[in-house]
Amino acid sequence: MKQLNKTNLGWLIFILVAFLATQLLVSFGIIDAFYEITLMTILINIILAVGLNLIIGFSGQFSLGHAGFMAIGAYCTAIMTIKTPTLVGLFAGILLGALIAGVVALLVGIPTLRLKGDYLAIATLGVAEIIRIAILNMGSLTNGAAGLSDIPYLTTWQLAFIFVMITLIIVVNYIKSSAGRATIAIREDEIAAESMGINTTKYKTIAFVIGAATAAVAGGLHASYFSVIRPADFTFMKSIDILIIVVFGGLGSVTGSVIAAIVLGIINVFLQPFGQLRMILYSLALIAIMIFKPSGLFGTKEFMISTVMKKQKTKTPTKKEETK
Amino acid sequence: MENFIQQLINGLSLGSIYALIALGYTMVYGIIKLINFAHGEIYMVGAFIGYATIHTFQLGLIPSLIISMGFCALLGALIERVAYKPLRKATRVAALITAIGVSFLLQNVMIYIVGPQVRAFPQVIENKVYSVGNIQINQTQITIFLTTIILMVALQFIVKQTKMGKAMRAVSTDADAARLMGINVDNVISFTFILGSSLAGAAGVLVGMYYNSIDPLMGVAPGLKAFIAAVLGGIGIIPGALVGGFAIGIIETLISGYGSSLIKDAVVYLILIIILIVKPTGLLGKNKKEKV
Repeated sequence: MKQLNKTNLGWLIFILVAFLATQLLVSFGIIDAFYEITLMTILINIILAVGLNLIIGFSGQFSLGHAGFMAIGAYCTAIMTIKTPTLVGLFAGILLGALIAGVVALLVGIPTLRLKGDYLAIATLGVAEIIRIAILNMGSLTNGAAGLSDIPYLTTWQLAFIFVMITLIIVVNYIKSSAGRATIAIREDEIAAESMGINTTKYKTIAFVIGAATAAVAGGLHASYFSVIRPADFTFMKSIDILIIVVFGGLGSVTGSVIAAIVLGIINVFLQPFGQLRMILYSLALIAIMIFKPSGLFGTKEFMISTVMKKQKTKTPTKKEETK
Repeated sequence: MENFIQQLINGLSLGSIYALIALGYTMVYGIIKLINFAHGEIYMVGAFIGYATIHTFQLGLIPSLIISMGFCALLGALIERVAYKPLRKATRVAALITAIGVSFLLQNVMIYIVGPQVRAFPQVIENKVYSVGNIQINQTQITIFLTTIILMVALQFIVKQTKMGKAMRAVSTDADAARLMGINVDNVISFTFILGSSLAGAAGVLVGMYYNSIDPLMGVAPGLKAFIAAVLGGIGIIPGALVGGFAIGIIETLISGYGSSLIKDAVVYLILIIILIVKPTGLLGKNKKEKV
């Protein structure tokens, strides 16, 4: 039982507590129907932000096309669940969406990921727009600009919570694997990584594909919870929304993205009455973060159970201190 | 054939607007290697200034063009000083995110001030239609084309003949060496933003005349297309922006004329991706080897 060490057990307890706390809040009616929408938005945003952070923060590839992959997942799930309005249909839809998004990301990624920095950003932006225009022109399958409505309501926040956990486990395990370390090496210095024998295109593409697939999962949950989707929901603006969460939390910090999604989701509720001012504040915050603290809330640091546990018995000297 | 020429003429006037915006992108990229995402929004602000001067103050085309250009120039310089200057040493991704933030900010401030609705742009010149055979050219198209050509010649003069233009070219070749030669790099960068933004302001007024409608989100799509035009021609190269702008304008009108206007945007993005993959330096660019 190597998997069930102290750290993982700590995380497991932490997750269960978070789940039960939310469950209690919902059962006591503190999170009512209105706040449940916020809760769902936060959960969906966590999946989106973590996926995008894998692409931008960990592999260092600047993608502005996240909304496009989300659209693929949303439409797949919507079409599947309209045909078979059961949980099986929902899972099949989400899985199919993730698969298609992954394949599209693979096809797009192999040529475009050779591009650097801002060129890649524009290329992925173009891909997302092409996906959106393709959906617009698919006739009765996607119902054009009017979008699909009456998508069966099959998602509960519990289900979304489980999907968030699955996404987190996949992404975190990828980052901690040797492929993940290779990906981070590419972020740090692509040329150096290449000269160390890392197949940069391969690892960039893997990160890109995983990110796209998670975006599709989030899109599926979005479609099934909000039951109305239009191509206009998945524009460039949506990609920017996700980008703001990632930047706010810190490029290269999974826990940062999670916390940023939660914090921004809650702030959103309080700023709701201010309407347009909210967007102005958002954009000002984005600029200010980039100027004063470009690393975001967390930078590349993570909130870790192991460090919390270590702090309780700080008497044990760390390696650095020992060498001194 | 006549239809083709007609589409070509329409494409030229649309393309000249793209070219004007693309010039701003290309000059800024040439100097500080930043995709100034806010450029499309500066052009949107330009359109609204044009609307205000023509509709509210009842000014003619030329005074409104000049006011709009002046205002946008100031706005561009202000954005550069406040948002981009602190990020000179930051990573390019950080600068790009800031640019996106600025663009987002301008859109939302405009929505906050003028409201999100679409407005009709006032008719500023009499729209006479000249016909040669079956081909029609209207006064607006001629005005747009002529204004663009005049501005291009002026720009070419500034860049090639003046001291400031020489400094601009020096900074874009090698900023550090230029600084050692006593060029005030910060001023040159500000001047570049002023030039580019004033062209975007002019483009805003012209596009208002062309489409007859303006709204706070109008800058996003043409901004991106103009950027594609800049990439197509070779980003950082001033004649490249011209070539790319006209090419994108003509391709777009040809596709809406012969195919479906629904897919014209998709085709433009596809061109971008193909260009980026096949020849990222653009049509007029030269390949440069990357040094470690």
